[in-house]
Parts: sequence; structure tokens; C-alpha cells
Amino acid sequence: MATLPREAESMAPDVAPATKQTPRWRRALNLDTITLVLFLGIPLLIYAIWVWGPAIVTIAISFTRWDNASPPKWIGLQNYQRLIQDPLFIQALTNNLIWLVVFITIPMTAGLALAVVLDRRLRFTRFYQSAIYLPLVLSLPVIGLMFDWFFKPDDGLVNAILKFISAGHLAPGWLADPHLALAAVLTAAIWRHVGYVMVLYLAGLKGLDPSMREAANIDGANEWQNFRWITFPLLKPVTVIVLVITIIESLRAFDLVYVMTNGLEGPNHATEVLATMMYNAAIHDYQEGYGAAIAVVLLLISLAFIVTYVVQVMRTDEEL
Amino acid sequence: MAKITIAHPAPTEQSLLGIPRDVLLRRIRRGLLHVILASLAIVWLIPLASAFYTAVRTFGEATANGPWSFPPHSLTLQNFIDAWTTGGFSQYFVNTFLVVIPAVILMLLLSSMAAYVLARHRFKGSRLVFMIFVVGLLLPFQILIVPVYWLSNTINIYDTLWSLIAIHVGFELGFCTFVLHNFMRTIPKELTEAAAVDGASVFWIWWRVILPLCRPALAALATLEFTWKWNDYLWSITLIQSNSNGTVTFGLSGLRGEFVTNWNLISAASLLAALPTLLIYLILQRQFLGGLFAGSFR
Repeated sequence: MATLPREAESMAPDVAPATKQTPRWRRALNLDTITLVLFLGIPLLIYAIWVWGPAIVTIAISFTRWDNASPPKWIGLQNYQRLIQDPLFIQALTNNLIWLVVFITIPMTAGLALAVVLDRRLRFTRFYQSAIYLPLVLSLPVIGLMFDWFFKPDDGLVNAILKFISAGHLAPGWLADPHLALAAVLTAAIWRHVGYVMVLYLAGLKGLDPSMREAANIDGANEWQNFRWITFPLLKPVTVIVLVITIIESLRAFDLVYVMTNGLEGPNHATEVLATMMYNAAIHDYQEGYGAAIAVVLLLISLAFIVTYVVQVMRTDEEL
Repeated sequence: MAKITIAHPAPTEQSLLGIPRDVLLRRIRRGLLHVILASLAIVWLIPLASAFYTAVRTFGEATANGPWSFPPHSLTLQNFIDAWTTGGFSQYFVNTFLVVIPAVILMLLLSSMAAYVLARHRFKGSRLVFMIFVVGLLLPFQILIVPVYWLSNTINIYDTLWSLIAIHVGFELGFCTFVLHNFMRTIPKELTEAAAVDGASVFWIWWRVILPLCRPALAALATLEFTWKWNDYLWSITLIQSNSNGTVTFGLSGLRGEFVTNWNLISAASLLAALPTLLIYLILQRQFLGGLFAGSFR
């Protein structure tokens, strides 16, 4: 019995009933309360220093001119004015949008289709699954180098095959060709992302109640109807999350572009995306303010999707 | 009697080899599906296979006979040895382990502390704190580059492994807290309450009740985070300058500058760089995927 008040304190320090025996300050200095404050406080402090602090500082830097050496100079919205007149920015933004549209269409449909097919009892399904999601464990520089080599105009495998089937006259310059460079980078990106989408949907399918589909089967629904009217609607929460991840990944795109076009962002900046443009401005050209402005634009575009994600997550959280 | 004959397939519908037509159709469809899936799987493995083929051939032969000549005259492991020794990958490997292992341990410890408070000791504003972690994990990391670069310079950890440990732990706290929080909420309250009734302290409950129960989630997260941090590229090239402090991905990006045309060496180095994560994935597949599934991901 004597331990009961103690339990109430440790389980919920803020709503613990005020016990008359112990004065307020004694309870505040309770060892458990201190532990709780430190447990949450230390991670939160680290998070503030390395994530939220820098994010907020970047927003402030975007209103300045700063070369990372002399003190920053406040210039208001000039960086943003310069941005909207910069053809490179338009190019990068367009490439990000192309990336986004391609990512939402190809890997999402392919990944979903594969997940639905491979979720069923099928021989060799583990082999198929492993092959498709293998790229997920490779680092993006490794993938970038592999595909760079793959698409080399003279020695690459793709053009070697084209020559082998005597279509050598078609063999393009791929990453050296301003019209095809982005497509080559996107090929590598899709190669990786299909597996990601498939894995996420497979997890979602595992969580579905099989009795729903069985009931539909008994009612005479064919496989497509079953998918269209039962499985796909039930997967909606997964789809929202996959969609947001896909969008955020396409906005964050950096490594593949940077590796495959060797930091030069392709012929005539054909593969330039916001992230590489930002990186070059901030790290190579010491135009911290300008780079920060690009980062803020990225943040603003992401924000809508981040909110969607958080709403979805909070909804599932309430159901727990 | 008549009804029964309708229910069974009529003998005239027997087709080739005496297999009923619907069974045959189903088998053909199955077979077709396998052909499509198998070709897709093979296409998916081509980049890796071609990198491997390039890696086991000598630079001399590739120059003389073309990089894809088949069958090869000779196979060699020399490219792997060169990458490991003269390419400096032995050092890059050590550095990456020195970053990734402490970073993963630290991020799991810290985030399990935060997740425990948020999942089990709700207070006014705990939802807001949880949101702070969740929103942070989705921020485009480009927005952090300049201040983090400046910060690591200011506290004198720029171009050291400490800077990488710090940003990895910091940035991943959001994701790990999110996943562990969701997992801890599925642990029955009675377990922790019983310990509290027995007079256990908050610290004891976290260390002796919560953490052991979270082992599957921690294992899954550890595998996933190991893979992600091993593969990190952006922070390595942003915060590291000297080769002696380089990570594996840092070393890979440097190879091209040094050995402009030696793709045999680069392929070998890429495969070496991928080896630990490939092994982890093959051995701990369940944990790896579990990690992706654990907290509805990012």
C-alpha cells in the first residue's frame, strides 16, 4: 500500500494527485521526475542543435549575403528576386518536377503491381522479391557509379548491346547528351525506387484482413475487381505514405545526380536539380545566402507533403 | 442425375494430354507470370552483375578486347586488392565503422529514452514534442547543410569523424524516436505498472523492462540505420575534407578523380563498399525489412 502514491507519481508526474505529506518542491525534485526530464530533454536538445536550429538559421541566412567568412549582410528578399530570374533555377525546378512526375507514375505503379503479385503464394516469390529490393541496400554513390559505367557512350553495356544487335548507329551519348542525361539518371533512380515502393506495399498487404478478399472471391469477383474495389481502397493509408515518401525523395534527389554527372550536373546543366544547385552555391561558390534561399524553396515545396504525412501518422497514432 | 453431369467438366472439354482446359489455361497463365517475373528479376540484377564482371577483369584485357568481350581470357581479384590497399579502402572501412557503430548505438539509446517518455508518460504538450520529432525527420536535409557546416567548424570538429557521428545521431533521432514510440505503445501497460508498484524507478523500468521488450524493434532499427549511415554520402562530402578521415562513400567519389578511366578498379571498389550492407541484408533480411515496416517508414 505504501508504494501506491509513488506509482502514481512515476507513471504520470503532471497529473499525480497532490499528496499532502510531500511539499510541492520535494515532488518536483523527485528522482523519477528528474530522470524523465533528462530522458526527454537530452535528445530534444541534441535534436534542436543539429536539426531544428540549423533549419531555422538557414531561413534567416536566406535573407542575407554571406560568404562564410565575413559577417553576413542583411539584404531582404534579394536572394529570392535573383532566384526567380535565374534560368538555372527554373531548369532545376523543372527537373525536380519531371523527377516527381516520373517517380509517381513508374515506380509507384510497378511497385504496387509487384507487391500485389508477389504477396500471393507463388513459387520463387522470395527470389523475385530479393532481386527487386536488392538496390535498396546499395549506397547511392555505388548505384550512380554502376549506372554511369552502364551508360558510358563508348564502353558502357547499354551501347555495347545496341552495337551487338547492330543498332550501333543509334547508340547515344546518354549522360553526355543533354536530352538523355536526365533520363539516364532517372533510370538509376527508378531501379532503386521500385523496390522501395514494393517493400512498403508488401508490408501494407500483410496487414490486411484476408477475409475481406475471400468474401469477395466467394461473391464471384475476379482478381482485378478484387484489387480495384477491395485491396486498393484498404491500402489507402499505405498509399498516402508511399506517395509522400516518393515526393520527398524526388525533392531531395541529390546523390545520383552528383555522382553520375560528376558534380557538373550534366551537359548544359541538363540534370541540375534544386539540391545540387543549392549545394554548389553554398559549398563551392560560398554564396551561403543564395544557397539558403534555394533550400527554403525546397522546404516550402516539401511542407505541404510533410503536413499530409503528419496528419496521416497522427491519425494512425490515435487508432493505436 | 442431370445436375451432376453439368457440375463436372464434360469429357469433350478435355484437351491436350488429357488435362482439363481450365487447368491448362491456369497453368499457362502461371507460366507466363513466371516468365515475366523472372525476366524482370534478371534485368534488375544486370547492373550489379555487370559491375561484378567488370571488377574481375584486368584493365589491360578490357582495353585490348573491349570491356564486354566474352568469354574472358583471365579473371582476377587484383582490382579488389588494389582498391583495398592503394585505393585506401582499408582506411575508409575503418573510418566508416568508427562513425556508424557509435552513431547507431547512441541514436538508439537517446531515442529510446525520448520515445519512452513520450509513449508512457504523456504530459501536456507531449503530442507537440512528438510532432517536433516527426516533422524533423522529413525536412529536406539540404536546409541543414550550411549551418551544420558552420557549426562543426565553430566547435572544431569539422573534418573529423566526430562531426559525422554528431549529425547522424542528431538527424536520425526523429526517425528512431518515431518508430520506437509506436512500438512502445503496443507494449501492455500492465508490465510497466507492475514494476512501478514494486517500487521500480523510471530508469530501472526503462532499462530492465522497456528496452528488453523493444529488442525486435531495436534490432530492426539498428540494421536499417546501419545500412543508411554506411551509405551516407552528402554529409561525408560536406563535413570531411582529408582522405585520412574519409568514409567509404567519400573514397568512392574520390576514385574517379584519381583513376579517370579505370572502371575495373572503380567497379571493384563499389562492390567492396556495398559488401557490408549486402551481407547484413542477406543475413538479417527479416530485421532489415522489419525496420522499414516498423514505423510506417519515411
